[in-house]
Amino acid sequence: MTTSIESPRAARTVRRGGVNWEKWGWIYMRVSGVALVVLIFGHLFVNLMIGDGVKALDFAFVGGKLSNPFWQVWDTLMLWLALIHGANGMRTITNDYAHNRLVGVVVKGAILAATVVLIILGTLVVYTFDPCPAGAPTDLLPTFCTGG
Amino acid sequence: MWSWVFHRITGVAIFFFLLVHILDTALVRVSPEAYNAVIGTYKNPIMGLGEVALVAAIGLHALNGIRIILIDFWAWGTRHQKLLQWIVIILWIVLLVGFVPRHLINVFSE
Ligand code: HEM
Repeated sequence: MTTSIESPRAARTVRRGGVNWEKWGWIYMRVSGVALVVLIFGHLFVNLMIGDGVKALDFAFVGGKLSNPFWQVWDTLMLWLALIHGANGMRTITNDYAHNRLVGVVVKGAILAATVVLIILGTLVVYTFDPCPAGAPTDLLPTFCTGG
Repeated sequence: MWSWVFHRITGVAIFFFLLVHILDTALVRVSPEAYNAVIGTYKNPIMGLGEVALVAAIGLHALNGIRIILIDFWAWGTRHQKLLQWIVIILWIVLLVGFVPRHLINVFSE
């Protein structure tokens, strides 16, 4: 099962100093990938497997989770790591298929914009969230809101 | 080659799901009624099947991603990449056998 690959395998690129961003991107995909396995499967397990699964999801359920610092940190890590991992992967794919320079710049600009907006939005939601909004019907709220 | 194709397709699909999923979760900041209305749509049977597809896609991407990492950093992994490929497929089936019946019972119950 030996495969031989003619050398040179690919054109050699000569780098002139500076930070090797592609290398760090490559490392980031792997490090964040390992962390995401734990974060995402934990997330899916708690939300879809425990109790009544998807049927149990509602405002009160999320209110209970996001008023716990443990889940706040969990969700923040998952948000940042997954979005940046996904966006960087989408960048690689764009580089592979967009042969027109302008198309590539537009697509990558859109990916970057969506990623920045959603990271900011998601982080604000996690830390400014009020599980007991005033005036909301109490039967929709977590039980701790009504002193239960 | 196919694992590369699937890795790409699942990666893109999960990315788009993630964009929508952050937006729907952000509705908790709007009102309990708004959030419950949207999350309610996740509970209908068609979406239930969609969730099966989503978990299948994430499972494959995650397991294949670990395979890529093991091959990149570990000479043993590179030599036994065929074996790792089979382990990915088997673990993926185990994952789905654990998840799908449980989830479909939740979706179709009551
Ligand atoms: C569950 C844990 C995950 C693991 C272990 C994982 C692992 C990986 C690895 C190792 C790569 C290859 C990078 C390279 O070849 O340089 C990759 C690519 C990619 N990942 Fe993930 N990933 C995970 C979750 C996600 C999530 C949640 C998303 C979406 C938001 C995502 C989207 C992508 C995309 C779009 C690519 C690029 C595919 C390509 O270049 O062909 N991944 N992933």
